[in-house]
Amino acid sequence: MGRFHEDSRYTGNVGAEPVIRVRDLKKTYVTSEREPGLRAALASLVRRRKSYVQAVDGISFDLEAGEMVGFLGPNGAGKTTTLKMLSGLLHPTSGEIAVLSFVPARRERAFLRQITLVMGQRNQLVWDIPAADTFELNRAIYRIPAADYRRTLDELVALLEIGPLLGKPVRNLSLGERMKCEIAASLLHRPTVVFLDEPTIGLDVTMQRRIRAFIAEYNRRHGATVLLTSHYMADVEALAKRVLVIHHGRLLFDGELAALVERFTAHKTIAVRLRDCAADLGAYGEVVSCEDGLTTLRVPKAETARVTSRILADLPVIDLTVEDPPIEDVIEQVFTRGAA
Amino acid sequence: MRGLGDLYLQQLKTGLATMLQYRGSLVIWLIGNVLEPLIYLVVWSTVSRSTGGTVGGYGARDFAAYYIVLMLVNQVTFSWVMYEFDYRIREGTFSADLLHPLHPIHADIAENLSSKAVSLPFMIAAAAGLSVVFHPVFRLSPLAAAAFVPALVLAFLVRFLVDWTVALAAFWTTRVSAINQIHYMAVLFFSGQIAPLAVLPRPLQVAANILPFRWTVGFPVELLLGRVTGPRILAGFAVQGAWLLAGALLVRYVWRASVKRYSAVGA
Repeated sequence: MGRFHEDSRYTGNVGAEPVIRVRDLKKTYVTSEREPGLRAALASLVRRRKSYVQAVDGISFDLEAGEMVGFLGPNGAGKTTTLKMLSGLLHPTSGEIAVLSFVPARRERAFLRQITLVMGQRNQLVWDIPAADTFELNRAIYRIPAADYRRTLDELVALLEIGPLLGKPVRNLSLGERMKCEIAASLLHRPTVVFLDEPTIGLDVTMQRRIRAFIAEYNRRHGATVLLTSHYMADVEALAKRVLVIHHGRLLFDGELAALVERFTAHKTIAVRLRDCAADLGAYGEVVSCEDGLTTLRVPKAETARVTSRILADLPVIDLTVEDPPIEDVIEQVFTRGAA
Repeated sequence: MRGLGDLYLQQLKTGLATMLQYRGSLVIWLIGNVLEPLIYLVVWSTVSRSTGGTVGGYGARDFAAYYIVLMLVNQVTFSWVMYEFDYRIREGTFSADLLHPLHPIHADIAENLSSKAVSLPFMIAAAAGLSVVFHPVFRLSPLAAAAFVPALVLAFLVRFLVDWTVALAAFWTTRVSAINQIHYMAVLFFSGQIAPLAVLPRPLQVAANILPFRWTVGFPVELLLGRVTGPRILAGFAVQGAWLLAGALLVRYVWRASVKRYSAVGA
């Protein structure tokens, strides 16, 4: 079987069922709430007030085999809830999910064998023993044939550069080292569907970059379908061409990252380097900053060409660049507009 | 089955490695396991001596034998899954287990066995020490000794299934410690730990025969000491078998309902 090689099943199956199919998915959490204080505590013994939190409010999307999609949204937007429903940890309140044609909430073994959920803030590694021992445990749990296990482990160890870490007790590893081992433990059974929830949270830039490169390589080598949430736009920019933007449980955008930028940016940034800051550029656009002769202007997108040529004609320009605003600003735009 | 065997072996290794990381707390915990039966032993021996010989058919040296064997049987059959579950649910570490293509009870049984493998030699040494001090009388018969082993295995399984079901309460309430306390008291009374069941009032003895607890501790102990004989041995095995079946069904249905609830309210 070709499960552990360059996977042919997931390439070129145009027109086949999507690997992930979500329709009108909803999740409502019911919680009982009470005011602080002793009196309220006593009152809650008699009568509990229930409150309903609509964590996911009717989202639909498909993921094709081998796709790598970024799932964006502020805290509490419904990202983790959605990932938990997709991996079978949570029952949806309503709506439909099919992952690899399975209904995740049934948690069938054949389904669980083919997926993984990596949560940046939770861990599965046994704290007191070396990661290598947890790996062995996972081999037994997933019943991975010895030869396949060896090959996969070697590959993961090489890609994640965790060879020297395997023998140390997990509690002695740094956060980044632990995360790399967590990821390896989650991928030993070669899942074809990978859910990553904030895999780079709390890590330094170098480590983020390394994990990002690994995810891209895993997706490329094995054709795995990857759905990834992250707070770091750099993760999403580097990994996902397509993004889903979720806010208050609703899907605000589903499409290419470039299209998102195009659609939600009304402005461009023009950076002009002059000999000094003396000239007032306020007439050309909104001055964002002016330091050491470098003035940054924000201008409406439609005006960009006209303003640029005027500046070049009017002023002794040393250098001039036109840029899209940073992706973080774009996303913020999406959320503020979506919330409005 | 081979896959499951491999899992148990791996879990056993992991459990051992973890246990050996905490040698200090292991020793303290084991001392506790010796002290509890030792207290009952001393109390009941004193009572029997002061009443002029025997209580419920037990003399001082019979009590010594009873509690020394009970200490070992209890060590083999007891579990701490209810405390683990409470932690798992509160800390949310359970989600990782739910993602595994395997019933989590297997990992728990294997972990339990691995810790027993480490602790049992220590407990046997403690039992030998207590024997020197308290001069117990053992009246061992080959039949009783032969029946003891399967009774002990059944006792372990019944206790584990019952404990595991009680542990599932953690899915339904955040006040698990109250439930654990009630369960602990029930075990103390009805398993024969606080006193041999023959010493208890008749109604309590009847209750003990119906409830599972006697069959997880007291029965194997009495069996080995020759206090259960003839057809009552077979009857005891029948009740153990019935509780094994009931326990397995309980685990199956309560587990399903619990997971359903867990995944409804938020994992």
